[in-house]
Amino acid sequence: MEYHFDVPVSNEDIRKLKVGDIIYVSGKIFTARDEAHHMMLEKDNISFDPSEMALFHCGPLMKKENGKWKVVSAGPTTSSRMEIFEDKFIEKYGINVIIGKGGMGERTEKALQKYGGVYTAYTGGAGALAADRVEEVLGVYWLDELGMPEAVWIFKAKEFGPLVVAIDSHGKSIYRDIK
Amino acid sequence: MENESIEDGIVALIKKAETDLSSDVVNALKKAHKVEQGIAKTQIETILKNIDLARKSGRPMCQDTGIQTFFVSIGIDFPYIDKIKEWIVNGVKKATKEVPLRPNTVDPFLGKNHGDNTGEQIPYINWDINDGTDVKIISFPKGGGSENMSKLGMLKPGVGIEGVKDFVVEEMIKAGGNPCPPTVVGVGIGGGADLSLKLGKKALLRPVGIRHKDKTIAAIEKELIERINKSGIGPMGLGGKTTVLDVHIEKAHRHPASLPVGIVVQCWADRRAEMIIHSDGTWEVK
Repeated sequence: MEYHFDVPVSNEDIRKLKVGDIIYVSGKIFTARDEAHHMMLEKDNISFDPSEMALFHCGPLMKKENGKWKVVSAGPTTSSRMEIFEDKFIEKYGINVIIGKGGMGERTEKALQKYGGVYTAYTGGAGALAADRVEEVLGVYWLDELGMPEAVWIFKAKEFGPLVVAIDSHGKSIYRDIK
Repeated sequence: MENESIEDGIVALIKKAETDLSSDVVNALKKAHKVEQGIAKTQIETILKNIDLARKSGRPMCQDTGIQTFFVSIGIDFPYIDKIKEWIVNGVKKATKEVPLRPNTVDPFLGKNHGDNTGEQIPYINWDINDGTDVKIISFPKGGGSENMSKLGMLKPGVGIEGVKDFVVEEMIKAGGNPCPPTVVGVGIGGGADLSLKLGKKALLRPVGIRHKDKTIAAIEKELIERINKSGIGPMGLGGKTTVLDVHIEKAHRHPASLPVGIVVQCWADRRAEMIIHSDGTWEVK
């Protein structure tokens, strides 16, 4: 099945999704890699609300043009690096749509099942195409401390996808089935 | 001979590698698109669309523009050998701003990003000396996701070539979707720990679809391609028939007690471009 959602996606819609479905999402997406996960788990007050956004495992290539940030290329990064943080991250920030590549492990699967969320795979390396679906860069956090790839970038995306539901909220994982 | 012109040539070289995938790789992906179905077909289709958009818009196909890696072959009679490193380093700094490239050089102790894709030992330049008056530079930007799946096996010689084959197949199955399959796999056999990995990386410079000139090795390459593709890992690890586009093997003589096997993985974005600098300072990029 193919679905087109606005972010945040309702719990009802999340529970409908099954491994192998294709989704496209529109709305706010924030990027976070290892360092940002680590930092956001330690901080208590952050000035944006991750629960109203999709989480994107991505270290984008950005360019500042006339004082405004633009996305040049922004495909997903390897998600398995975030496995050690993700269950706590989902619990703390109420994330229900994760976009990444390569798959995640059992801890994330369980958290997605418990709290109601999906892990979706965007085609790795398809950075130019992904950048084309970002309409606006809404903000950036911790750019000085973490540098361009590791900083948290907030994008406004339109029809971001195709995203393959690779782990659903019913305990199914495409990666486990293949292995 | 203008230094600035040659540095611009290095920028053109890097830009070509980052934005325009070689036809051997694109053709292999098109072939994969024909044989795949369902989700796997969607993945390859997205990859092909992305390649097309990157070429047309002149922007890097992947946000991970890699560690800037170069293979330089110097003609011994080239008159400006002492300048080559400076051209490359300055070219990398310029390309970071102009292409642009993602700043990808981080101090391992401080975690600080150098900001311009240079740093200690980086750009990583491999030097080779040959006859002649020209310099050939291959740009080979290497992404982190695929590099992380590299493996060194110091196998017992008793396991023989069968053991080498099993090691490669097992490691590529373990890597799953992480290195952005369909990948190109470089395997270096023999030499020592470092040389086997270096040969594995150098093997990736050979175009996709070209077999080793030794028939026995060529047959092993074919066997490995079939065995890894039978795993069903498929594009992006989401299932399918194409896990590797190619496997390239290079060898060196080994110590009687050692059987080193270096595996270096390249994602589908098997980015390569070539530049020739002539003795009069003129250059071309292809």
